[in-house]
Amino acid sequence: MEELDTRHLLCPMPVIKLQKRMELLTPTDRIRVRATDPGVLHDIPAWCRIHGHQVMNVVELEEEILIDVEYGGADK
Amino acid sequence: MKRQRKAVALISGGLDSMLAAKLVKEQGVEVEGINFFTGFCVEGHTQAIRHSKRDKIKRNNALWAAEQIGIKLHIVEVIEEYKDIVINPKHGYGANLNPCLDCKGFMVAKALEWMHQHDFDFIVTGEVIGQRPMSQRAETMPIIAKESGADDRLVRPLSAKLLPPTLPETEGWIDREKLRSLSGRSRKPQIAMAKDYGYLDFAQPAGGCCFLTDEKYADKLRDLWQARGDRDYEFDDIMLLKIGRHLRPKPHFKMIISRDAGETRFLHGYRKQFISLYPTSHKGPLCLIDGAIKAEDLPLASSIVARYSQGRDAEEVTINIRFPNLHEQELNISPLSPKEVQRDWIL
Ligand code: SF4
Repeated sequence: MEELDTRHLLCPMPVIKLQKRMELLTPTDRIRVRATDPGVLHDIPAWCRIHGHQVMNVVELEEEILIDVEYGGADK
Repeated sequence: MKRQRKAVALISGGLDSMLAAKLVKEQGVEVEGINFFTGFCVEGHTQAIRHSKRDKIKRNNALWAAEQIGIKLHIVEVIEEYKDIVINPKHGYGANLNPCLDCKGFMVAKALEWMHQHDFDFIVTGEVIGQRPMSQRAETMPIIAKESGADDRLVRPLSAKLLPPTLPETEGWIDREKLRSLSGRSRKPQIAMAKDYGYLDFAQPAGGCCFLTDEKYADKLRDLWQARGDRDYEFDDIMLLKIGRHLRPKPHFKMIISRDAGETRFLHGYRKQFISLYPTSHKGPLCLIDGAIKAEDLPLASSIVARYSQGRDAEEVTINIRFPNLHEQELNISPLSPKEVQRDWIL
């Protein structure tokens, strides 16, 4: 799975980076976002909901958060 | 067949922009939101750095507002371009370093660019005549429309009936009668509208929508410009102004000292760029040194860090000093007493 490293960036930068990367993806593509700002736990699912993408999995590790997103196709 | 008209709405995360977008959307216009990230926005999660508990994280209000109205939201980073607005505002500053009028014009101009790129028809903002002393006055409304280049494609649905009809109104894309005639500083009409729409949990920021309206933040930015002899900044500078205690014991260096574990973790990410100090004999903060500190200043800086550590009452505290080239040294130092930390060092 493709990875997007947003560690050490504060929100909303992880969302902005994800938004830019998603423009290059096509429906059903998946991407894993790596982040350290816990704000992504709210922002990425909210951004996905309004754009029709799906959050497939969220893992909270001690030092980072992993969020797997699937392109929902609503934008293309 | 009638073409589906599309509007791009500036969404700040506050109630007014949310209601403005909603008023246009409910007239059958396809609305998408746009939110600009200047680096100064309160909407970031800087506050989350200080909360280690993840359940205390604040939502991003712009995303929340978009979801409530049922529109897409595009968050656009404008950090570099925005610098010129902060550094050289044509219309000057508000109470602090907030260049609200230039800022509004800039954002509408950026929205206009987006509108053209995406084949949209007009722009919507939540401006209300008389709401804010600098940027939302009857006289400033046409200035923003003109200087941004949006002209009559800029609709302010909340005050529309008090303003000349715009193109979307004269063309019948939206019905002017269904827009509002709000003016003044009262928030009551907006709160009543929010209630009618069922938006109960909306954000009510106390100041403006960005840190530039904050007196303390503006003081720190002015200090940075003065110390560097240059009215410029990098993104990291403006992020670091939001975090930690800032002390300038001498004109040529500033100390950024974390206040809790969250800030310590965050400042850690900058240790490759700055000289950093932290106590090894006791628990305590991480400090970054901004500026050109001299070797003879290191004892003073170390004794200040010791003062903010748990060894503040100890005879001696050991401070590790790390340089960006990874060279390290240790100093055993007596912490400064609270009286010795001079008031005018604290920014
Ligand atoms: S408060 Fe900040 S973001 Fe809002 S208009 Fe003024 S300068 Fe711009």
